[in-house]
Amino acid sequence: MERHITLPLTEEVARSLHAGDSVYLTGEIYTSRDAGHKRMCEALARGEELPFDPKDATIYYVGPTPAKPGQVIGSAGPTTSGRMDAYAPTMMSVGARGMIGKGARLPEVVDAMKKYGGVYFGAIGGAGALLAKCIKKAELVAYEDLQSEALRRLYVEDMPLVVIIDSEGRNLYEEGRAAYLQSHKTQE
Amino acid sequence: MREIQASQITDVIERLCIEANTVLPEDMKQAIRTCRACEDGDIARGVLDNIIENYQIAEKECVPICQDTGMACVFLEIGQDVHISGGDLTEAVNEGVRRGYDKGYLRKSVVKDPVRRGNTGDNTPAMLYTEIVPGEQIKITVGPKGFGSENMSAIRMFKPSAGLQGIKDFILETVETAGPNPCPPMVVGVGIGGTFDKAALLAKKALMRPVDSENPDPYYADLEKEMLQKINELGIGPQGFGGKTTAVGLNIETMPTHIAGMPCAINISCHVTRHKTEVL
Repeated sequence: MERHITLPLTEEVARSLHAGDSVYLTGEIYTSRDAGHKRMCEALARGEELPFDPKDATIYYVGPTPAKPGQVIGSAGPTTSGRMDAYAPTMMSVGARGMIGKGARLPEVVDAMKKYGGVYFGAIGGAGALLAKCIKKAELVAYEDLQSEALRRLYVEDMPLVVIIDSEGRNLYEEGRAAYLQSHKTQE
Repeated sequence: MREIQASQITDVIERLCIEANTVLPEDMKQAIRTCRACEDGDIARGVLDNIIENYQIAEKECVPICQDTGMACVFLEIGQDVHISGGDLTEAVNEGVRRGYDKGYLRKSVVKDPVRRGNTGDNTPAMLYTEIVPGEQIKITVGPKGFGSENMSAIRMFKPSAGLQGIKDFILETVETAGPNPCPPMVVGVGIGGTFDKAALLAKKALMRPVDSENPDPYYADLEKEMLQKINELGIGPQGFGGKTTAVGLNIETMPTHIAGMPCAINISCHVTRHKTEVL
């Protein structure tokens, strides 16, 4: 199913998405990866506020290349999400809902997605030049010292994604592969 | 004895860092196009179409194909009749990386310390390998290596009794574990033999070979074909969404080893397997 979604991502919309849905996102998202997540979760542990409002927010696991003159942002494809597994349940517990990345997630993350109504979107890994085209604005929010890993707010238009894991725990990696193997077997 | 200035090496490395990161090698483009023609699923075809469009944009606009512009793996084959003058060779290589990653707007992805972290800010140091060979030239290869795939690599010290079957199982197990993480369709580099460290280096060197090349030994050329086919029967597919194309190539490099061992290293790479070579 093809869906066009305007952010922020409400729980109602998030729970209506299913693994395998093709989604085009429009609105504000935040960038963060290993070092930024570590810092945010440490801040939360100390009882501090995050540098952005996490309610219904979508976080893109990305560390872009520097923008060339005239560019909004450099190449900006997803990084491997599994490295954020240690932090994702904490982020969802304070309201973050959408995650954009690539690769497998741990059961703890899926459990948190079911509990809080989270969605895990996949962007095409290694397609950084193409994905940069849908990013219309980029501004620094915090952690400038982390360079490519700094926290940025992006405005994206029709960012092409696919739902990899939905809020019921269904998983495109498992279902897509099983469907392929099944059809392959049938053909033989 | 031929004299080569260290600054000439710096200039070449600077250029190769930028070119390798923006222009996908022709063998990879061809391999991806061939796979696109074979896929029958909508999702798999869509992913490969986007991957093709992505490398076309990168080349046309001179921007990085992938935002992970990698650690700069640099291989120097230095002719024994060459004298490098005018500076420290390692520093000349690092300066080339520093300039290339700066001028090419490439991402600085290196931390100073593996545990305490902290970005070096210029993507140095390079992962430098030097080899002394006959002749009076220097062959320079830069292969930027992303870590989404590097992290899915593995090494195992087999008993010789594990035999060929042990290696075959290990290759499939490693690809299965990697699954969607290394941005499939992937390229698999296999190093067998030597010592613990040499096996890993052979695996890395296997990734520097063209993806459509064959091991000169027919025994290993056949193994390359067999294992590529078996990997593509796993059904992981482009980006792990299911499909025929899990890997576009598998290269094996070998060397003699100890009577007591059979080291095997598997270096996984992604659909942006990059390397560029120039001879001075």
